[in-house]
Amino acid sequence: MSEKSEVILEAKHVTKKFPAADGRFLLANNNVNLKMYKGKTLGLVGESGCGKSTFMKLLVSLDTPTEGQILYRGTDITKLKGEKLRQHRKHIQMVFQDPASSFHPKMKIRDIVCEPLLNFGKIRKSEKTEVCRKLLEMVELPGEYMDRYPHSLSGGQRQRVAIARALALEPEIIILDEATAALDVSVQKTIIELITKLQREKNITIGFICHDIALVQSVAHQVAVMYLGNVVEEIPGHELNTKAVHPYTKALMGSIFDIHMDYSRPIESIESEPPSPLDLPKGCPFQERCGYRMDVCKKEAPRMAEIAPGHSAACHLLNLTAR
Amino acid sequence: MDMLKLTDVTISYKNVPTVKNFNLDMKSGQIVSLVGESGSGKTTVIRAILGLLPGGGKVTGGQILFEGTDLLSYTQNQWRKLRGSDISMIFQDSGAMMNPTKKIGHIFTEYILTHEKISKKEAWDKGTRMLERMRLPSADHIMDSYSFQLSGGMRQRVGIAMGMTYQPKLLLADEPTSALDVTTQAQIVRQMVQLRDNYHTGILMVTHNLGVAAYMSDYLIVMKNGKIEDQGTREYILNSSVNEYTKKLLKAVPSLGGERYV
Repeated sequence: MSEKSEVILEAKHVTKKFPAADGRFLLANNNVNLKMYKGKTLGLVGESGCGKSTFMKLLVSLDTPTEGQILYRGTDITKLKGEKLRQHRKHIQMVFQDPASSFHPKMKIRDIVCEPLLNFGKIRKSEKTEVCRKLLEMVELPGEYMDRYPHSLSGGQRQRVAIARALALEPEIIILDEATAALDVSVQKTIIELITKLQREKNITIGFICHDIALVQSVAHQVAVMYLGNVVEEIPGHELNTKAVHPYTKALMGSIFDIHMDYSRPIESIESEPPSPLDLPKGCPFQERCGYRMDVCKKEAPRMAEIAPGHSAACHLLNLTAR
Repeated sequence: MDMLKLTDVTISYKNVPTVKNFNLDMKSGQIVSLVGESGSGKTTVIRAILGLLPGGGKVTGGQILFEGTDLLSYTQNQWRKLRGSDISMIFQDSGAMMNPTKKIGHIFTEYILTHEKISKKEAWDKGTRMLERMRLPSADHIMDSYSFQLSGGMRQRVGIAMGMTYQPKLLLADEPTSALDVTTQAQIVRQMVQLRDNYHTGILMVTHNLGVAAYMSDYLIVMKNGKIEDQGTREYILNSSVNEYTKKLLKAVPSLGGERYV
């Protein structure tokens, strides 16, 4: 899928550890290697606490990794500081989960949307009204909304404003962190339609974090499944449903309640809960919940291995079938 | 006879009607779901059944009959007896209803002691047994934990265990799985269906997740702007409903192998 398009952001061996009490460490990301291609969407899916938001925070330089590099067009952005870092920020923008708390409640929509442009000196104050109207129209909101405050918009409208703000600087990459999780399904659908339309028009690269694997596969060109800080499978979105091999990916798909599902079939789910990222088991992170556990899983962590172009997974079962 | 019957119920906040002419017949052992978007009045309906409407909310018209008696004529004392014994409720985050400075064991015992005149020790044991019956691992350990030490899924199961202590005839569930991960959600959903199978508990659930609602329920009610927009059995709602709004909602649910936008 991706041979033709260029890599604009690449994470190489990214590891993030947070210090915890008693000299221990919480391993939030463990040796993550991912690439983002121009104009494509990378979906990141996993349960809460798997490190997907931490990873995206590293991508937008809100935090720095403990080890590893993040290359934006060849430059390592984790080493950037001061004015260089500030100038870099306009290339990667972010949309947060809860638009109600990511806006200043006392700022009008006009000021919210235009603030990044003013910060970078792209427009003059007198141009605000005109620019804001254009940006609001881009996200299919009436221009009159610029005089409103965030609290007088609905959740879906606020999320549209958040998208307008993120796109104001014409970034190459936007990161959507659970951007539709707080919305109703019907509103979610319209926001997804808007995002994909803008992506096609402007050739934006999108990082899409989400816990709903069904939603991810419908919007992402490439899907990465995370479990306890490790990427366990990476697969093109359209193949997810049919070709996924990792037991965790399958378990995630099996526990979805689909309105088209067969109701006589009992719902599959993995019993128990993920172990604490403070004391990870030796070997495969998924071993304790996996139905296919073998001896080797307790001793050695599986490595990512390519199955087909664009599709790789980390599981000892694969070695077995390969042999 | 119907276990729960709501006729023409109108609920108002500060004299503005929010839910209008709501009707519902529910038999014992039935699972009914209220679905709809935020602000459609789903939660208001189930809160009214337990007399738990937040400030300013009042049932201004109609009747709520539970096993033939009119709940609206109840005094505060009668309500208190009913809550947690014949009718229980599970909230979106059971952790939020528990006192964070008290251990689960303390909260559970306190709850049991308000309904039964037994010794503290007996109440404690009853709580532990209940947790075990809901297949929570290491019940003793849970009784000795604070609510924030448990994961979201665990807390929800503790909430269900508490709600099921007196084998209520009706369990009201307000978005019981919305705060959970998909894998945990599947566990909780399965457990709730088992409650019905094992104890013949009727469940009235509010959810915005149409997939969960369809999986669990015998009967679905679609709400919009405080009114019933559409209702019917699962087969009817999913396959043969002619209502535009229902169809729009169903179409918006992302589905594996379904519509792709890219």
